[in-house]
Order: sequence, then structure tokens, then C-alpha cells
Amino acid sequence: MSWYEKLVPARIRTDGRNKHQMPEGLWSKCEECGAVLYGAELERNLRVCPKCGHHMPLGARQRLQGFLDEADRVEIGDDIEPTDFLKFKDGKKYKDRLLQAQKASNEKDALIAMRGLLKGMPVVAVAFEFQFMAGSMGSVVGERFVRAAQVALHEHIPFICFSASGGARMQEALVSLMQMAKTSAALARLAEHGVPYLSVLTHPTTGGVSASLAMLGDINIAEPRALIGFAGPRVIEQTVREKLPEGFQRSEFLLEHGAIDLIVDRRELRDRLAVLLAMLTGRAARVDPAPAD
Amino acid sequence: MNPSNCLDFEKPIAELEAMLEELRHLRDDQALNIGDEIVRLEAKSKALTDAIFASLTPWQISQIARHPLRPYALDYIERLFADFQELHGDRAFADDRAIIGGPARLDGRPVMVIGHQKGRDTKEKIYRNFGMPRPEGYRKALRLMKLAERFRLPVFTFIDTPGAYPGIGAEERGQSEAIARNLFEMSRLRTPVICTVIGEGGSGGALAIGVGDRVLMLQYSTYSVISPEGCAAILWKNADQAPAAAEAMGLTADRLLKLHLIDGVVPEPPGGAHRDRDQMADTLRALLLEQLRQLDNLGTEDLLEQRYRRLMAHGVFKEATPAPPAQSSWQSSVVALLGKETLLGKDKDKDKDS
Repeated sequence: MSWYEKLVPARIRTDGRNKHQMPEGLWSKCEECGAVLYGAELERNLRVCPKCGHHMPLGARQRLQGFLDEADRVEIGDDIEPTDFLKFKDGKKYKDRLLQAQKASNEKDALIAMRGLLKGMPVVAVAFEFQFMAGSMGSVVGERFVRAAQVALHEHIPFICFSASGGARMQEALVSLMQMAKTSAALARLAEHGVPYLSVLTHPTTGGVSASLAMLGDINIAEPRALIGFAGPRVIEQTVREKLPEGFQRSEFLLEHGAIDLIVDRRELRDRLAVLLAMLTGRAARVDPAPAD
Repeated sequence: MNPSNCLDFEKPIAELEAMLEELRHLRDDQALNIGDEIVRLEAKSKALTDAIFASLTPWQISQIARHPLRPYALDYIERLFADFQELHGDRAFADDRAIIGGPARLDGRPVMVIGHQKGRDTKEKIYRNFGMPRPEGYRKALRLMKLAERFRLPVFTFIDTPGAYPGIGAEERGQSEAIARNLFEMSRLRTPVICTVIGEGGSGGALAIGVGDRVLMLQYSTYSVISPEGCAAILWKNADQAPAAAEAMGLTADRLLKLHLIDGVVPEPPGGAHRDRDQMADTLRALLLEQLRQLDNLGTEDLLEQRYRRLMAHGVFKEATPAPPAQSSWQSSVVALLGKETLLGKDKDKDKDS
């Protein structure tokens, strides 16, 4: 015990073991630069580290709420729920995995779709919830995506997708693979009718989602340092048996190889997408009032 | 059937066949009367084949789908089509030899043929990259499909791949985009597209030439979102559980037909396509011509609308509060806009889990 600790009255002394325990969620640590960040401030910053700019995972609902104007948000396809139609069982039943994921994420499935306004411009936006079975695409994801696209088509308003997914959902077997064709066909309809589709790829977007809806944007935008690719790095390493180049399959790598149009910081997405969409649709975007803080 | 080239469960048949072969040889040599014995053994071999093939597990079917003697795309092209002119390259980077394609004649009529191609021996396997295409392969396929569209040639694709190649170069050149673009374009290609899975239908790499008006599967082919080994490695954390994964995924033609994911199963000769390639090709030709005849009766707009609805019908889910169209203005508007039942229409109901 140091001389200082002897001076401190016993009742305000803390046990060394508990010294680092903090209320859950009040503080968090940036896994990139190690900075200790105040939770509320981090949320305000859209879960981007204010110190190093590292983009932390952002939930689908939170993402859409942060992206769309507060007024007039309507969820699309929220009455559609997954079902274990194959009675799929590996170590665990798919039915149980679904229940567990629903409980953990508080969502019915891995895609949230909303019609709303982006700076006053009507848009339809969808976002993948990576917390829900790694954002995997099954029947519900496919159907919600398509219904959202249909709303955009019918109203002739822009369609925006924020992807974060490990790919197709194996527990739905070939039905999940067919969601790739289904979503791509819906996007082909939008293209034929001149409805803009912007794809925002976030960390990570791989497999069947990357090889369908995520790469089909009229404009493909990625968040910084996101892992984006068809095959996962481990699979590639095992196949080619050589070390992968530095920064392989990261946004910056994709930009260099011509696969995406832009890399945009999450905090600027709202502004940049509004500017782009205003030009594509010939509508004017409202200027946001300066933040109140 | 060479016993060194056969699967474990084919061994009893292979042994019988070897005996038969010897006897036939003997008969030629000598004046012994062993005709009765040959007839008896032939019947036994057939009965044995039927018995073994009547109760194949999904894992055994996966093995037949990758059988070393299984006919590949070129084996069918040679037997089904005349005047096949192989065209090469994606006009941008390279010619991918894991995908072949070009115009040919089917029953005298010009068509476009595209297929994955595997190699038979080691050298050829490497040449064909084990049937695993890179982006340039998919882009070549798309180029040929666009060519077909322009000259109104129906497109026939033959699917047989473990999957798209997971390599560094493939990623650099946009494997994802190449596959995605094909799905996008095939869904609206203004000419009939008939796809047949002839061996392994491996995930996105298979689907990238598999979006069409009709999807057929040979009886002992497979089609799945991931290989049984891959699925087992991820979900069971053990690749040895591949037989269990094959069972769980339901990757066989009959199960996929029940799920309305494919339109038809092409019966194979007793013992599988490799036991009688010519008979297999004859069966397939008849079915392809029949499918094409059906599609010929449709105008282009109807063809595309049917294809779209077919794609939109994929998916099984439940609706917590199924809203009648009248209650949801955008749903009925979509129906009005497209003038027909769309994804929300009748097609959907049959797949719905009640």
C-alpha cells in the first residue's frame, strides 16, 4: 500500500480489481487507436472514433435513423418474418439460431427497410444488421429488399442500400442463393425505369451480398477501410497458399482497382449522398441547419 | 467402368462389370457356351445398379456429381449441337478457359451455348482451373449472351463448377461485380435462356450463368449455396461432417424441385450419366427442345415478365399480418403499374409457409 492510499479513508478506497469496471456503455475503447471514448459522444459521432476516424459497426436501425430525416419515416416489410422451412440443423437448429439472433438484435431479420426523407428528398433506404446472423441474406432479407425497391420504383424515388453481410444464409440453403438473383433482378427493373440506386458498402461486405446487390449501384460508395470482396481472406489464403498483400480487399484497395466510385467518411455520407442524388434526380436537397451542439 | 475410377459405392458394380467383360472376352476366344452365364450376370449387374442407385444419400449424389468420369460441358456440346464455334475472351483482360461458349446449332437452329468446363486429367484440370471461373470468364459469358440477344439466339447454359475462383487476381479484377452483373443482365436478357446443371452447381459461381427462364438439373447433379465440405467446416467446424451438411442443405434435384427452385429433373441412365453418355445426351436433347418450344410460344415481353415473376417467387417466409392489397396502397399501385400480378400475386402464395 502506497503512502497515498494510506491517507485515503477506507470507505472511499477502491479495490484494485474493480478499478477498471465502468458502467456498461458509458465508455468504450476504440479498437484501432485505443482511445477511451465517451459513449454518448461516440454515438453522436455515428460510432466513428473522433481521434483516429476508425469506423465501428453501426446497427441497421441506428444507421437509417441517423441517415434519414427525423420526420416521415415508414418501415417497409416489417411484418415479414423468417421461418425454418428446411428444418435445418447443424450443431443447433436454425429455428433456435433465429430466436437467439432476434433476441440479441431486437430485430426480426438482418435487413431493415424504410421510406423516408433525405434532406427533404423522398428516398427508400435499406440497411443490413450485421448483428443478426452476420447480416446473412435469406428469404426475408431478399423479400424486404425487393419490396423496398418496388416502393422506390413505384414512387420513382432513389433507392439506397447500406450493406454489411457475410453473404448468403447457409441455413436456407439454395433458397438463400436465389436471393442474389431476386435482388439483382429487382435492381435491373429500377435501372430500366431510371430510378437511381446507390450502394454503400460498409465493413464487412462479402460473399453473396457483395456478388449481387452491393456491387450493382449506379454509384458504389464504401466507408473507409471496409472489408469488401467475394471470397473471404482466409479462403483465398488457403487456396493460393501465399500471403495476401497489405490492405487486400479493403475499400482503398477496391478504389485503386476500379471497383468502387468513392470512399466517403460515415459522418459525411448524408451530405454527399444528398448532393449526388440531387444531381441524379434533378431535385433540390434542403440545407441542414448547423448541429445544435 | 475402370475400378480405379469409381466411387466406393460403385465398387460392387464395377467388380461385376469386370467379370462380365472377362466372360465376354472368353466367349470370343473359345467355343464355350457361357452365354447363359453372361445373361445372368448382366441381369445381376443391372439389379445391383438399380438397388444401389435407388437409395443414394445426398452425399453419394454429391460424389456422382463430381465423378471423375462424369460428362462435362464439351461432352454434351459434342453430342447435342452441330457446328459449335468456340469464341474466346472478354475483350478486356483474358480468355478464361474455365468457361467455354459460342454459337452452335441445335436441331438445325442457331443457338448460343455457354458452359463451365472441367478438365479430365491433371494437366487439363489445371488448364481449366478445375472449372472455377475468374471474372473474365463471367464477362466472356455475358458478352456471348449479349451477342445472342442481338441476333435473337436462344441461350443454353451448362452449369458444372465447384464455385467461382477465390484468388487474389480474381478479387483484384472484381469477381463480385462480374457475378453480380451477370445476374442483373440475365434477368432481363431479351432472348430465351435455358440453364441445365450437369454436375456441380457451386454457389454464386454457378448462379452467374444460371439465371434463366428454365432451370433443369440432371438427376444426380447438385446445386447448393456452398459445398458440403465448406458448409460442414463453417457450421459443424469440421469438414468431415460433409455428409451431414449435404443432407441438411438438400442440394439434390428432387428436393430442389419440391422447393420450386428448379423446373425439371433430367433422368439419368441407370448408374449415372457416365455409364452411358449417348443415352444421357439423347434424353437431354429431347428435354431442351421441349423447353425451347414452350418458350418460343411467348412474346419477348411475356418471356421477361415470366422470368421476373419466377425470380421474385424465390423465398420462403411468413407474414405476421398478411395485408390484403387494398390496405397497402403501394402494393396495389405496383400491381397496377406493372399491369399484372407481381411478386405479391399468386405465385408467392404457393411458397409461403403457412
